[in-house]
Amino acid sequence: MAPGGTDKFSVLLPTYNERENLPLVVWLLARTFQESGNDFEIIIIDDGSPDGTQEIAEQLEKIYGSDKIVSLGEIISVLFSSGTAYIHGMKHATGNFIVIMDADLSHHVSLYFVLKQKEGNFDIVSGTRYKGNGGVYGWDLKRKLISRGANFITQVLLRPGASDLTGSFRLYRKEVLQKLMEKCVSKGYVFQMEMIVRARQLGYTIGEVPISFVDRVYGESKLGGNEIVSFLKGLLTLFATT
Amino acid sequence: IRFSRLFSPQAAMTKLGQWLCGLALLGSAWAALALASPGLRLPAPLREALLPLPVYLLVAFGCYSLATVGYRLATFNDCEEAAAELQEHISAARADLSRRGLCF
Repeated sequence: MAPGGTDKFSVLLPTYNERENLPLVVWLLARTFQESGNDFEIIIIDDGSPDGTQEIAEQLEKIYGSDKIVSLGEIISVLFSSGTAYIHGMKHATGNFIVIMDADLSHHVSLYFVLKQKEGNFDIVSGTRYKGNGGVYGWDLKRKLISRGANFITQVLLRPGASDLTGSFRLYRKEVLQKLMEKCVSKGYVFQMEMIVRARQLGYTIGEVPISFVDRVYGESKLGGNEIVSFLKGLLTLFATT
Repeated sequence: IRFSRLFSPQAAMTKLGQWLCGLALLGSAWAALALASPGLRLPAPLREALLPLPVYLLVAFGCYSLATVGYRLATFNDCEEAAAELQEHISAARADLSRRGLCF
């Protein structure tokens, strides 16, 4: 528990070339938390972005104070992935809840995560694009079809008990995240899926919150072409090993 | 080694393991009934239906999958308001941050 017995939320933001989006995300997070009166901190884990993301992070640290913004600029590893960024970020996190989200404004900042967690005292609250009034913006039919198709296959094979497995907008209890990080070995999309599957196995409670995924406002997408193949390979690996 | 892992008390069965067990169970039941020697006297229509049953089930599952994915695709929400709201937030953020001294 954070000192004083109140909850503190540490938001982990792995970034690469997010100079345009980062200040906006931070501003939105700060405003949302401040308005709701929740204690928070934002941990920016930048992988040596060449576009000056780190410099912007340092400016934000001056504006908001270094108790609220923690800028980790060391180059973590050549193979930067969400997993290593989270591990690195968690070492510096002082909150008892950790929020994971994308720094590119695709995730619409929402207080519902906090509310949902309180409502059910969940270990994990997962954002879902597929239920309630969750959804997407800026996706063409092909992308939606692939998303729904992939999710269907995942549901049939893994029966995970959560509707959106590849989403990366989640709230975790700190101890839960630490335990899961030890156990998960995959990378990329599959890593996010593995977290939920392992969480289920370990008996953690998972709540869901509808989220809006708004396609890129600024910046380029980091998605490549081999995604579908690697997704299927990862899915089959999870199928055979969990 | 993997065989013993399936039955050790701590090991949970993998999803693959569950599927294989399920298929083995259903498969052997089907084989026993459908391919049985005449010693087991089942009514003829039942036996005729039993033989192609796996194919029927596969086709039925295929149809179910297409229908489900199609339905979910059609009802996939488009978040117009969220996108519009985001644009407003961006303007507000840029204005406020410039005021506070951020050099974009």
